[in-house]
Amino acid sequence: MIRILCFLIAFLAAPAAGQEIVAGLSQNRISISANFDGSEILIFGAVKRDTPVTDEDIGVIVTVEGPKRPLTVRRKERVGPIWINTDSVEVDAAPSFYAVNTTAALETVLGYTSDLRHEITVREAIRSVGAPAEIEDSPAFTEALIRIREANTLYQTNVGAVTIRQDTLFDTSVVLPANLVEGVYTSRIFLTREGAVIAQASETIYVEKVGLERFLYTLAHEQALAYSLLSLAIAIAAGWGASALFRYIQS
Amino acid sequence: MQIYLPIAEVSVNAFLILGLGGLVGILSGMFGVGGGFLITPLLFFVGIPPAVAVSTSANQIVASSFSAVLAHIRRRTVDFRMGFVLLIGGLLGSAVGVWIFTLLRNLGQVDLLVSLCYVVFLGIIGLLMFVESLRAMRSSRSGKVPKRKKHNWVHALPIKMKFRTSGLYISVIPPILVGAAVGILSAIMGVGGGFIMVPAMIYLLGMPTKVVIGTSLFQIIFTTAFTTILHATTNYTVDMLLAVLLLLGGVVGAQFGAKLGAYLKAEQLRVLLAVLVLAVCGKLALDLLLQPAELYSVAGSGA
Repeated sequence: MIRILCFLIAFLAAPAAGQEIVAGLSQNRISISANFDGSEILIFGAVKRDTPVTDEDIGVIVTVEGPKRPLTVRRKERVGPIWINTDSVEVDAAPSFYAVNTTAALETVLGYTSDLRHEITVREAIRSVGAPAEIEDSPAFTEALIRIREANTLYQTNVGAVTIRQDTLFDTSVVLPANLVEGVYTSRIFLTREGAVIAQASETIYVEKVGLERFLYTLAHEQALAYSLLSLAIAIAAGWGASALFRYIQS
Repeated sequence: MQIYLPIAEVSVNAFLILGLGGLVGILSGMFGVGGGFLITPLLFFVGIPPAVAVSTSANQIVASSFSAVLAHIRRRTVDFRMGFVLLIGGLLGSAVGVWIFTLLRNLGQVDLLVSLCYVVFLGIIGLLMFVESLRAMRSSRSGKVPKRKKHNWVHALPIKMKFRTSGLYISVIPPILVGAAVGILSAIMGVGGGFIMVPAMIYLLGMPTKVVIGTSLFQIIFTTAFTTILHATTNYTVDMLLAVLLLLGGVVGAQFGAKLGAYLKAEQLRVLLAVLVLAVCGKLALDLLLQPAELYSVAGSGA
């Protein structure tokens, strides 16, 4: 009886296709120091199978997502002779950074329903529900947000950036730009077959300021008055110092 | 050399920022303007978020003004008494200005207001100065003694005070009003307000140009220090690292500027300043009038 139960549990727990994905990162912690100029992380892993490789059409999608924040997208319109901001749409949560790396073109490795369910592409990762009723073309605002951030390499779609060997080992790298925001980043790895997600894994990356950056940031937020007085003191000292130096050089 | 700014959360080239600071410092020492109307748009262009650019430039103006004012004090071209009277008005004005700013930010049109303020004020002042100083240059060339208006409505007001350095005996009401007006504008536009203060002192109060620059700088130190504290405590947008880079360039530039200014004639200084003011005004006006390449903009935390 117990043996039958054990067998049943094992049978139910195993994924339908008998496949799993395991992944690792080159680094889990990214330190933003004064000379931080972007970084690159390597994401690698393997497909674990119970059965030997069959002739199948699998794909791997790797995403890296920065902390989500609310923001406002505004649109300019011509009013009289000048261009001013008129319509605006509040986006409830948009990732500060988002990269999608794939083995092949998105349409072939990812079906529409899987994308919806797992929120894999940037478009799905941005959550925007609060568009005012009078704005009819609210998707245009989301498109604009993606366009602007793609121009800053904050949003990336790298088709073919994941290399997969013998349908088992895969690896890819994601370039993090210099204008990176602090926070907890998540990397998700999806294994797909014919557009459907059959296995997934996720890893966490901590991005944080260190040293002087950490000190100034904390001081500015927790001791704002002391911080502002210190800024002024530096300004006055620098002004006086330059003046004294020039007098010394002149004499 | 790239450097990551802790508050702005962007990485910039340190030498580029040093250069910007130096350039603005030279202008500040020459003309007695804080240079905020130049440095803020330049920082936008480099990719610093607008909120950080506005508050940090206030901090950098404190440094370059202080450096320049020391040079002016040695040349005895600062009217301290006038400076204090202007300052009283200035602090009252910036408190009112911050209040107006908050009100308009809630209405969501603060960007437009700031741009319009820039275009209107820079345009009017630039044109007035340009025309007036060209006329002054022409009349001094033809040998005529330039007439200084000695009596207008300003001299009919009560509470008179002697300003020995400026050679004036006028009521304190106009300087306080000038200070207050500049204070309001500087809080809204995020600048020291020297480019408004300087012509107002010359044309409204009738102060001699050489004294005007030092006195304006003296007043700007306090107004921008006040603005820096306000921004740092309410918006947390003063980036100390950015400010240090800017002011290292700025203080050196200001010393050169003050020396350069001493070699030029007052009328020439005013023509140069007028051209500069008009150039910035033209650029901002074009931004408002021409269709922008990207109609959409992203605002919010860490845009």
